[in-house]
Amino acid sequence: MSLLPNKVPNKRRSIFRIAALAALATPLLASAGVLPDDRADALYHRYEGGGVTIQGPSVLVRKKMAEKYAISANYYQDMITSASIDVEVSGASEYKEERDQYSLGLEYLRGKTTYNLNYTNSEENDYEAKTTSFGISQDLFGDLTTITMGFSRGEDVVGNSTDPTFEQDIDRWSYRVGVAQILTKSIITSLNLEVITDEGFLNNPYRSYRYFSPTDDRLFVLAQEIYPRTRTSNAVALNGRYFLPYRAAVYGGYRFFTDTWGIRADTFEVGYVQPIKQQWTLEARVRYYKQDHADFYSDIFDRVNQQNFLARDKELSTFNSVAFRIGASYEFAQSGWRFVKKGSLNLFYDRIEFSYDDFRDARFSLLPSDNANFRPAGSEPFYEFGANVVQAFVSIWF
Amino acid sequence: MTNGFALKLGIAVVLLSGLSACGNIEPWVKPYERQALADPIMSANPNPISGSYMDHVFEAREGARGALGGGGGGCGCN
Repeated sequence: MSLLPNKVPNKRRSIFRIAALAALATPLLASAGVLPDDRADALYHRYEGGGVTIQGPSVLVRKKMAEKYAISANYYQDMITSASIDVEVSGASEYKEERDQYSLGLEYLRGKTTYNLNYTNSEENDYEAKTTSFGISQDLFGDLTTITMGFSRGEDVVGNSTDPTFEQDIDRWSYRVGVAQILTKSIITSLNLEVITDEGFLNNPYRSYRYFSPTDDRLFVLAQEIYPRTRTSNAVALNGRYFLPYRAAVYGGYRFFTDTWGIRADTFEVGYVQPIKQQWTLEARVRYYKQDHADFYSDIFDRVNQQNFLARDKELSTFNSVAFRIGASYEFAQSGWRFVKKGSLNLFYDRIEFSYDDFRDARFSLLPSDNANFRPAGSEPFYEFGANVVQAFVSIWF
Repeated sequence: MTNGFALKLGIAVVLLSGLSACGNIEPWVKPYERQALADPIMSANPNPISGSYMDHVFEAREGARGALGGGGGGCGCN
């Protein structure tokens, strides 16, 4: 039984690198025949919800040379304070940790083809991840169509802060293709597909599943999770954006996801962008996500080692989330100031509501049985929580 | 099965690339008609530092991953 803090599962750490690499790369709908403008961004991010607070800075700089080459660099930091439901149920106390991530990207434009190469390194005291990524972007048909292809290779080393001898590896591969298509003078669409394969120690050394106590079935016992050592996922996404005649934009998207663990997910989003006068841009968005649980997930098992693979990560359960966004951007120095061509101040707020269908709030069965709020194991109310996400950032183009 | 899927995707893209050699497809939206499309509000990812952060916020708490498209071929989505 683990009394250790429950930390972010391995599969969830990889997204940090995705974030960095995506930030370095050319936006999909940009023309492949033009490199992005020189730009610097400094962002403060804060996530707060479910007993977890994650905040920190991110800095991104992109600079092109001779209109053929571009270099970009990103530093990203997470400062985490966690007393999540998983930590509470495991009996541990709040923990703090930090993660630092550095990324470097290179782009080369030749005719209508852009090549890009990215490298990211992420470090925590008990986890290290390195990812190398290569991609090609090609304009076709009078630049109405842009196709993209990419490949990534990741190597992670998983540690355990309480066991210096524990060291496990993960290998990751990602293959992706995409098409962006101009349909009319005011509509652009894109289709993206991605296959990702992981192999190695995919569960988290700190996380536990639970089973009914053999001596009192109103209570539960914890045991370390066991995940399969491989996972392959397929995702396809269709997005579109429409320019409204009075200068506003509406956009929408859908993504379908399946994997070899039995998870199936759908993501829908729709948003609206409205410029006001010369300097302001307002945005609103709604995003809905739902998924079915992994085959080896259960909120509570009948007995220890009931099956080969056992997990109780709420990220693998059946749940849905709804996210609402509002955001505002203000442009300054629009006619330039010294070396700055223009700049913007940006503030975005997202509210996310998570609602779980088969992940119960096990804290209720940890209460003394004479407590009015006590519920037997397996009969607790389903868990739910809300999160607030704030981003404040400044951007300058030079 | 995965490799087969990836292979099919690769073949599809190669075939599509091959079409460009034809070069006879007339662009139905002329370059001078793309003023609206070039407006910053039509950018799919106007603020990469912010877009990638939000992708991370969601993916860290969800089972799904990939096909976010923000990378334009450079996204290390694994």
